[in-house]
Amino acid sequence: MLRFVVRRLLQLIPILLGLSVLLFLWLRLLPGGPATALLGERATPERIAAINHAYGLDQPIWVQYWSYLKRVARFDFGDSIQTGRPVTEVLRTQFPGTVELTIAALIFAVGVGIPLGYFAARRHGGVLDNLSVVGSLIGVTIPVFFLAFLLKYVFAVKLGWLPPSGRQDVRIDATHITNLFVLDGLLTREYDASWDAVKHLILPAIALGTIPLAIIVRITRASVLDVVNEDYVRTAEAKGLTTSVIRRRHVLRNAMLPVVTTIGLQLGLLLSGAILTETVFAFPGIGQEIYSSILNKDYAVLQGTILVIAIVYVVINLVVDLTYGVLDPRVRVR
Amino acid sequence: MQGRKARRTVILAAVAALSVAISGCAKSDRNSGGGSSASGQTSSKDTLVFGAAGDPKLFDPAFASDGETFRVLKQIFEGLVKTKEGSADIEPALATKWENSADGKSWTFTLRQGVKFSDGTAFDAAAVCYNFDRWYNFKGAAQSPDVSAYWQDTFGGFKANESPDLPPSLYKSCTANGTDSATITLTDPTGRIPAALALPSFAMQSPTALKKYDADNVAAAGDTFQYPSYATAHPTGTGPYVYAGRDEAQKTVTITANPNYWGEKPKINKIVFKVISDNNARKQELQAGTIDGYDLVAPGDISGLKSAGEQVLDRPPFNILYLGMNQKNPALAKPQVRQAIAYAINRDALVKSSFPPAAVVAKEFMPPEVAGYADDVTTYNYDPAKAKQLLAQAGESNLTLNFYWPTEVSRPYMPDPKQIFTVISADLQKAGIKIKPVSKVWNSGYLTDVQTGKADLHLLGWTGDYNDAYNFDGTFFGRFKPDFGFTNKPLFDAIAKADATPDAAQRADQYKAINRQIMDFLPAVPLAHSPPSVALQSNVKNFVPSPVLNDEFALVYTTGQ
Repeated sequence: MLRFVVRRLLQLIPILLGLSVLLFLWLRLLPGGPATALLGERATPERIAAINHAYGLDQPIWVQYWSYLKRVARFDFGDSIQTGRPVTEVLRTQFPGTVELTIAALIFAVGVGIPLGYFAARRHGGVLDNLSVVGSLIGVTIPVFFLAFLLKYVFAVKLGWLPPSGRQDVRIDATHITNLFVLDGLLTREYDASWDAVKHLILPAIALGTIPLAIIVRITRASVLDVVNEDYVRTAEAKGLTTSVIRRRHVLRNAMLPVVTTIGLQLGLLLSGAILTETVFAFPGIGQEIYSSILNKDYAVLQGTILVIAIVYVVINLVVDLTYGVLDPRVRVR
Repeated sequence: MQGRKARRTVILAAVAALSVAISGCAKSDRNSGGGSSASGQTSSKDTLVFGAAGDPKLFDPAFASDGETFRVLKQIFEGLVKTKEGSADIEPALATKWENSADGKSWTFTLRQGVKFSDGTAFDAAAVCYNFDRWYNFKGAAQSPDVSAYWQDTFGGFKANESPDLPPSLYKSCTANGTDSATITLTDPTGRIPAALALPSFAMQSPTALKKYDADNVAAAGDTFQYPSYATAHPTGTGPYVYAGRDEAQKTVTITANPNYWGEKPKINKIVFKVISDNNARKQELQAGTIDGYDLVAPGDISGLKSAGEQVLDRPPFNILYLGMNQKNPALAKPQVRQAIAYAINRDALVKSSFPPAAVVAKEFMPPEVAGYADDVTTYNYDPAKAKQLLAQAGESNLTLNFYWPTEVSRPYMPDPKQIFTVISADLQKAGIKIKPVSKVWNSGYLTDVQTGKADLHLLGWTGDYNDAYNFDGTFFGRFKPDFGFTNKPLFDAIAKADATPDAAQRADQYKAINRQIMDFLPAVPLAHSPPSVALQSNVKNFVPSPVLNDEFALVYTTGQ
């Protein structure tokens, strides 16, 4: 088990090296650069050259890359060219926002998706089943940004039930410890701050969680339908186990295997989907930071944040693999 | 089975213990009394939330050059002079009066008495000279054009230039005449002083705080710069507000009233600048009541906001949008072709269709408020027949031009580049010019291509920094620029001569002549002066929009809750 985890973590090194090379090249091959972003209308060829020289951007790309690698090895991702903030600081303050949003979307997708899929399967061919099939088809096909705009327009702008953007009302004097605002409010007993953060999460979480929700409904439904026809379920019924025990211990548990894999894969997609959702809802997270860094050509922030997202993605996949083993001892890794 | 239960119990107990431990360590930072109500929500009379379009960057004004940073710094710092409310003209601030020597090279400022920096140290002549000498002595990374942008724009170089491209410095020295007067000596006269000193970049900062927080220590580190803590957390000025902190997770910067401010005390205790980069999100937050105002209202939103009862205030337009024409293209080097393009564009219709209601057609390359604006320049009123005739005379009836326009950007002088491009493009095609449209992302190719001379035609403009003609004419046509691709020595010399003329009236006359010369030469077509708008809740009072974005929040107040 431990060897498996270590081996998987070691596999991260070539993945991250490859990714860093691609990122480094991609950013520098794009037209424009930090100098034009910094100078705007006051740019002249001389000033652009002076800035490129000052930031070392006029050196051969491999020299720049080597100096970048040396710093990253010391966990120094550099500072934002726009604000002078260290990238580690950007991650510390912005990543929790994305984590909170992703968790909220996942809670929505799993909390609604598994019961819906399960009950649709139990009422196979019924109204609920047909509704869930049609609903999940719509959920999968609807673009995230369109849903985000729609939700925002209806529930925030027209009805005024929920806030249109942001993570928390800035007039609320809230204490931030972990930068996970809901948790911070609970820890510090500033429950109003916590509730306000929840209200800010509802619409973006629904927008972000709808596609995973639809997928989870479909997978759960299909998986439960498969499992209920298995021999061991019939055996369990024959030996007189109660229906609730059969459903909980035999049907649901076995049906969960493909669902867990799906959730793991969706978690990675949620992280990337957060970029769109955060932009629409002006939700200050890592996605918005990446978006503005692309516009401002903030190389250090882009490289640092994307690398960290890649690490998180790989770690999530590892955790999913390990969870799989817990659910099904037959495939437990050695 | 029992083992599993026991393990669960241990895990649950550990989680519970950890939660108790964390919540024991986690203390609320809220004040138990004062401005906070029981729900923790402060009264809107105490706090004003303003939606900013971008992150304020660094809080050392000498290193700042963008509008969002200036908006915050303007409340914390003051300069020797300031712009009058709602105008680009200057008036006394930390200097009560100033006079120029006969040769135009020395400026003596009489300083306001009894002013203290927010750290309690005195503002005096020694502090003035400390600030000027600090800028003049910048070294290393601080000499990068993005770091000390306005010093380089106004004074040129430094005491020890580290790049051969830097010009010699216009600044020579500063002398403290006792405590209440300081004389700034220049190497040559310039019309930029004293107007440029109203820029937040030349604000007075506490020498004690600058030294304490190592303000000059900007260091290059790989492909980024590291800034000292003064610039990121300890700005110290004499203004009506003091810096109270930055909440990175919320994307806000907060300032609070300076209790020891020498002037009229601020009406609102706390101002929160909240970064909401999306224009639509800013509008919706205003409508939801979660912010009290925002800048850079999209022209399409103005009528909707007004009919919803919000205030929409226009800034006096202190900007210019022009159609650049690159004379590197031999066809555009012909005066008749440039004139034909000017005649082909229906600028009245363009301004009506693509700009906010208060926008006006530009006659020349500076707004009428600037001293040196000439009313009697050559004009090129819409006349497509004449355009065709001029093209035929030039032998360019079959002309094809690439026309660059920017995407993913909206500038105060150019609210909707695509719409503006579409209208102009249609006009030019009516006159028989074939257009090859080239759209590029503002920061990903557009600026680079235009500023390296790749575009035949392009859209660009400028918002004035201060009220001096050089800031417009000098910026565009004071030297060779690849955007325009021409060398016109008489024009370059005339602009340099006007800038070095100490007498204001003579200088204004010279700029009038220059503007006539420019409009005859026609290196570009001036299109519009467009007023950017500010939207405010209906209960926000006394907000006077500044044409040069020097809005003062100190006298703003709100009525009701």
